[in-house]
Amino acid sequence: MTYSNAKTTGESLPRRKPPKMQGLSLNGFWNDQRFRNFAAQAIVIALVIGFFVYIFGNAQRALSDQGIKTGFGFLMDSAGFAIGESPIPFSASDTFLRAYGVGILNTLKVSFAAIVLASIIGVLLGVARLSRNVMLNRFASVYVEVFRNTPQLLQIVFWYMLAVQLPGPKQAFSLDGIAFLSNRGLAIPGPGEGSGFGFALIGLVIAAGLVVLLRRHLEKRLRQTGQKFNGLPLSIAIMVIVPAVIWTVFGTPSQIEIPALRGFNIRGGLQLSPEFLALFLGLSLYIAAFIAEIVRAGIASVNQGQIEAATAMGIKNSDVLWRVVLPQAMRVIVPPSTAQYVSLLKNSSLGVMIGYPELFNLNNTILTASGNTVEAIIIMMAIYLSLTTTIAVIMNWYNRSVQLKER
Amino acid sequence: MTSHRLISNAQTGASAARPAPVATSGLVHWARQNLFDGIHNTIFTLLCCALLIATVPDLFRWAIWDAAWTSANGADACKATTGACWAIVQEKYRLMLFGTYPYEQHWRGALVVLILGVMSIVSGFRVFWTKWLLVAWCVAWVAIFVLQLGGVFGLVPTPTHLWGGLPLTLLIFFSTVIGGLPVAILLALGRQSNLPIIKALCIGFVEMVRGVPLVTVLFMAALIFPLFVPEAMTPDKFVRALIGMLMFFAAYAADIFRGGLQAIPRGQYEAAEALGLPYWQKTTRIILPQTLRIVLPALMNDIIRAFKNTTFIAIIGLFDILGATKSALEDPTWVSYGTEAYLFVIALYFVVCFSMSKYSASLERDLNKGNTR
Repeated sequence: MTYSNAKTTGESLPRRKPPKMQGLSLNGFWNDQRFRNFAAQAIVIALVIGFFVYIFGNAQRALSDQGIKTGFGFLMDSAGFAIGESPIPFSASDTFLRAYGVGILNTLKVSFAAIVLASIIGVLLGVARLSRNVMLNRFASVYVEVFRNTPQLLQIVFWYMLAVQLPGPKQAFSLDGIAFLSNRGLAIPGPGEGSGFGFALIGLVIAAGLVVLLRRHLEKRLRQTGQKFNGLPLSIAIMVIVPAVIWTVFGTPSQIEIPALRGFNIRGGLQLSPEFLALFLGLSLYIAAFIAEIVRAGIASVNQGQIEAATAMGIKNSDVLWRVVLPQAMRVIVPPSTAQYVSLLKNSSLGVMIGYPELFNLNNTILTASGNTVEAIIIMMAIYLSLTTTIAVIMNWYNRSVQLKER
Repeated sequence: MTSHRLISNAQTGASAARPAPVATSGLVHWARQNLFDGIHNTIFTLLCCALLIATVPDLFRWAIWDAAWTSANGADACKATTGACWAIVQEKYRLMLFGTYPYEQHWRGALVVLILGVMSIVSGFRVFWTKWLLVAWCVAWVAIFVLQLGGVFGLVPTPTHLWGGLPLTLLIFFSTVIGGLPVAILLALGRQSNLPIIKALCIGFVEMVRGVPLVTVLFMAALIFPLFVPEAMTPDKFVRALIGMLMFFAAYAADIFRGGLQAIPRGQYEAAEALGLPYWQKTTRIILPQTLRIVLPALMNDIIRAFKNTTFIAIIGLFDILGATKSALEDPTWVSYGTEAYLFVIALYFVVCFSMSKYSASLERDLNKGNTR
């Protein structure tokens, strides 16, 4: 390198030609980077469009050969099939549109219940894995390893297998005669038909809003004046009294039905089918193992010095947990939890294996009954995409509220 | 310290007998430290003990003491006991492990499983990470398809619709990963590309596939795709299921690679460009090797998930282990012992996934050695 430099510096360098003008010249244009970029993209897009045109053309032809009307008009036709379990009344004469509604509600029902249970178990297990108590610690690790390292579908099928092998209604396991577990599912005390629990539910929502407002006010007061006020008893009181008052004002007779064996079956109360139970357990127990790992990693990620500093300042233990450790841990916990919740919702489609009428399963029925394959698939995909996006949006909003506030 | 104490003892005039020191070793100390450390821990320990006492003896009685182990007299032994019926595994293991594959040809399936198992274990050791390993994989791959498909060397032809059980599960899994990784890398690169159309297509594909359940992707690939193309051009069901699995795996892995690509410092790209390396050389020689190291742990998690997800092909009617087990349980004599059969399959999956996750953890530690003190 130095040698060639020494050699060339003495002599006059040959003048280099000025760089070629960077216009599109026809001469050797295939070597031009811009042309190549353009050509590559043009080819790709032509291939993609060609593929879809070809495929939909074929489908169109095949469907018209079978005499199936295309378009979304079929949604208003009557479905002609019954659905095993449905949160809203559904009969064979109802429309396909309503069938989709049932599918969405069933998917949401099982997913929401499973998300709640998975979060509770996950947090408990995650904390247990950090415990110094060896037994508790080991117990949690074994749970996490077993549930994380076996396929979710197998777990669901296994729970279903267990659920249908339970004894019949007459020999059902019973808890003091108020809850029954049999091969027809789980029956627990619940609101009977037509009782006004809707009002209590509205009351609960209002109460939750009030509690949030109260918390905000107390937090603000704490920051401004340093005065502490334990809001917990008041919050609980609001949560109990407000729904109760609203409920009584509307004069609803309180009727919690207790299930009982009548004839060959257990009736009354809240009936949970074996399919629902198996899917619910399969979804929540599996995701709980992942949540546990996320929670453990999140809490472990908080710098030990933070805890030591808080303790040294004389902050009491519960405040160290709630005001120092958790706010920092949540930043690490929330983003991966979002992915797990989305995954749970998507995997509720595994209900098809055991016959729980969730969206995917019902879509198959709708698709067969109507023959409108393409439309049914588009609808199903659109629903799943919007459901998963909704969860992601809600969790991202929550994520922003726990992240570090930077200027 | 000692002299100080001596002095203080001397000053008080009498040396009072001190209590024996608390043991700092041994079982009692360990238990005191780890199990009965404070009131909360003691309660937890007692609760755990109670749970163990309540479940372990019953479980032991069911799974081992009262269990029926042999199917010599059919299901008689199982009917006679209240314990587990492991006899179903002895009775049905051929069907569960090989599915619809012709009975006399099961040795070929077993050989395929053996080859894949040995190759995976060998590939786990970093000393073997040379180009010869790639050659070995190519040879193994050819051997596997010759064994599975038959039709040459006097082997009875066994087309893909006869495949089943463990060989099918493993073939789907390995093909998904081996075929999916290059697609994932291309998708991730496409997402980083400055060609707007390519970028949009890659983002669209990845987000679309990640937003819907795997079951729907499989369903599209296996059951809907044939409606869209003429019959002569439809690949068989195994290939269609594979395409679905591959697309799903690739979309998730692409997102992992994207994270890895973003973690490479800008300077690496600029240095490569300053050296005048064209795009593909820059990518394959500078960027990807560094990316691979970063993404390996996350990628291993994804690969483990891909293995667990192979069970999904049972939903579209292929006879993988789950599908084959389901069909084995259609036998009315054994139909009520499904729990035991599924436990066997679950145990099988657990062994593989658990080893993979332990291996992945050790690999992560190995790769991280440079960053630890």
